[in-house]
Amino acid sequence: MEHIISVLVENKFGVLARVAGLFSARGYNIESLSVAPTLDPTTSMITIVTAGDDPIIEQIMKQLNKVVEVLKVVDLTETDFLDRETALIKVHTKPEHRDEAIRIADIFRAKIVDSSPTTYTIEITGDVDKVEALINLLRPLGIRELIRTGRIAIARETTRTISPRREPALLKS
Amino acid sequence: MKKTGADIFVEALRHEGIKTVFGLPGGVVLKIFDVLCQQKDIELVLTRHEQGAAHMAEGYAKATGKPGVVLVTSGPGMTNIVTGLADAYMDSVPLVAFTGQVSTNLIGNDAFQEADNVGISRPCTKHNVLVKDVNDLAQTIKEAFYIAMSGRPGPVLVDIPKDVSTEKAEFKYPDKVSLRGYNPTISGNKHQIKQAAEEIVKAKKPMIYVGGGAIFSDAADEIRELAEITQIPVTMTLMGLGSFPGTHPLALGMLGMHGGYWTNMAMHYSDLLIAVGARFDDRVTGKLSEFCPEARVVHIDIDPTSIKKTFHAHIPIVGDVKAVLRQMNVILRSMDGNAAEVKALRAPWLKQIDEWKRAHPLKYKQDSKIAKPQFVIERLFELTKHDAIVATDVGQHQMFAAQYFKGTKPRTWLTSGGLGTMGFGFPAALGAQKAFPEKLVLCITSEGSFQMNLQEMATAVEHKLPVKIVLLNNGFHGMVRQWQDLFYEGRYSASYLGKLPDFVKLAEAYNVLGLRAEKPREVESVLKEGLKHKGPVLMDIHIDPFENCYPMIPAGGAHHEMMLEDPPELTQAKKGGAQKRKVEEGEGVLPA
Repeated sequence: MEHIISVLVENKFGVLARVAGLFSARGYNIESLSVAPTLDPTTSMITIVTAGDDPIIEQIMKQLNKVVEVLKVVDLTETDFLDRETALIKVHTKPEHRDEAIRIADIFRAKIVDSSPTTYTIEITGDVDKVEALINLLRPLGIRELIRTGRIAIARETTRTISPRREPALLKS
Repeated sequence: MKKTGADIFVEALRHEGIKTVFGLPGGVVLKIFDVLCQQKDIELVLTRHEQGAAHMAEGYAKATGKPGVVLVTSGPGMTNIVTGLADAYMDSVPLVAFTGQVSTNLIGNDAFQEADNVGISRPCTKHNVLVKDVNDLAQTIKEAFYIAMSGRPGPVLVDIPKDVSTEKAEFKYPDKVSLRGYNPTISGNKHQIKQAAEEIVKAKKPMIYVGGGAIFSDAADEIRELAEITQIPVTMTLMGLGSFPGTHPLALGMLGMHGGYWTNMAMHYSDLLIAVGARFDDRVTGKLSEFCPEARVVHIDIDPTSIKKTFHAHIPIVGDVKAVLRQMNVILRSMDGNAAEVKALRAPWLKQIDEWKRAHPLKYKQDSKIAKPQFVIERLFELTKHDAIVATDVGQHQMFAAQYFKGTKPRTWLTSGGLGTMGFGFPAALGAQKAFPEKLVLCITSEGSFQMNLQEMATAVEHKLPVKIVLLNNGFHGMVRQWQDLFYEGRYSASYLGKLPDFVKLAEAYNVLGLRAEKPREVESVLKEGLKHKGPVLMDIHIDPFENCYPMIPAGGAHHEMMLEDPPELTQAKKGGAQKRKVEEGEGVLPA
């Protein structure tokens, strides 16, 4: 099953390598990864989308917690959360396709952020289903280039708790 | 007053109470070595190879419980300690390794003797840091020692660029460490401990399974108390040996791949497993799906990742083994039931184990032609009156030593368990001898392992470290040869070490006393003479090249599926001298 794990880390060099290395060394998969500083510039949030059965996810959580510079690990999938992804999609637009591209973008409330005589670049932000639906609709027009940010996620306020399933001793506060 | 980075380094080590540093100099650490030679508090043990330094520091740390300190140069100096770091990481040995680095303005330029020390060591250290500013040096060193020694111990690497060691900063050594993301759990969850105690009291066929965590936690007394008040037998992993006296009536010796028949049978049929600072390694569990099939599992470990990593735990307890066992023993003592009742409850189980033990004890047959490795180690055990620090290398001799040298005290058994590093034993023995100059320190090794770090004989002589090397010489990578005989139709691919040096002459070349025993009747006198000698000794003892180590759980087998002796076809081959002929004629032997 897919899990979205938020990892709050100290904003020091080498931390991302340590976290990523932990995944590769133990054969865990990273489906997407995003990193940026938080409100507190001394910390960064790493959002990792990964997959595995319960024991693997439990190991991933524990291994992440073990890293000295990791301050907090939350498996958002166990809470009510919002996730978003942004994609920039450069589509071929032959003259007869330009209207179609605009129409599709409109339907998804996506923006055309750049245009050239032969291409449009479309920006979309949304959950994964929405982004993928748009990509699928644009595919027949011919996608020249596609860049995705990977997912970021945040817990909804009312349920912003750490899962009761895990023993408290295993978590860092 | 401002001090240079090199002075700060030495001052910080002084504050940490470090007396010994193992290392080897090089370009970018010259400033630090220059400061080291102008003071008397910290002694440098100059090794002949950086790998030797790392294993010596490991031996020192394992024997003392204090951190081992390594100091080497950049590039090859650092890459040469990687094996030691990986070994220490697997076996949770507290090391602090200081590596030199090229000046900060050169980092990343492929400078002379540059390596990405932090990048290379990241997966084999508990933590590592590149110090970019001399003002951070003292704090970083303080944190390094704290991280290495606390929680589950492990190696920490501090990378010091050349300019950081020469630049100056105000020196103030911090009193304490506060790391936001690092706070190991020490005392266990009370509810879980109580629940475990309740299961322990009820269990009819319980086992205590102790790993290396018990040694570093100093929990020998607590384990003994737990075993004695509950009358539960104790088995130890290779790393746990010494945490419970091997001669105690409740001691079952080592378990796992080369554990005793009675031990593994007891594991298989137990109804409660109390795992203490052990991590359910594959060499211990064998086939996981058939490991302890009937047992409830209590798992005590300071490292949450060890729990439920490979095997389930019904009652996980995260915490320091000593602290948790103390809490548990208090509860157990307060519970109902007197000593006689407890004895009566466990009696059938202990009787059953005893029957298993009598049915298939450890055994070997000594003849007059060639010494058996078991015989040599048994004699050694008797002659040293059970009182020695023993370091081993890796392979058959290690398993024989684990079976026959029944250590009675913690921190007297130094071996490479997790990584299985050949070449570990001799330098580790030297490190332990450095810490305890008056004690008898043995290195049980083989011709294969010893040749991987024999250069440290020079270190032994120079630093007057009178380690007694007992080299069990069978002319083979013995464990490899055993597997080839059992699973690869006896093709000796690269396991035969035909062209061996003359170990006595080799020892003499280094000014080490060399002795040799070629016949079983010479073993006793050589051991006696060697043990009596004041300085370092190398005893080259010729043993049966085709002796195999049993019991053995073949890889992927379950605990009740042990091989207890050579299979019939191998016995046949042995009798007919087929193995010997094969070696002489070079048939199936690589290199021929």
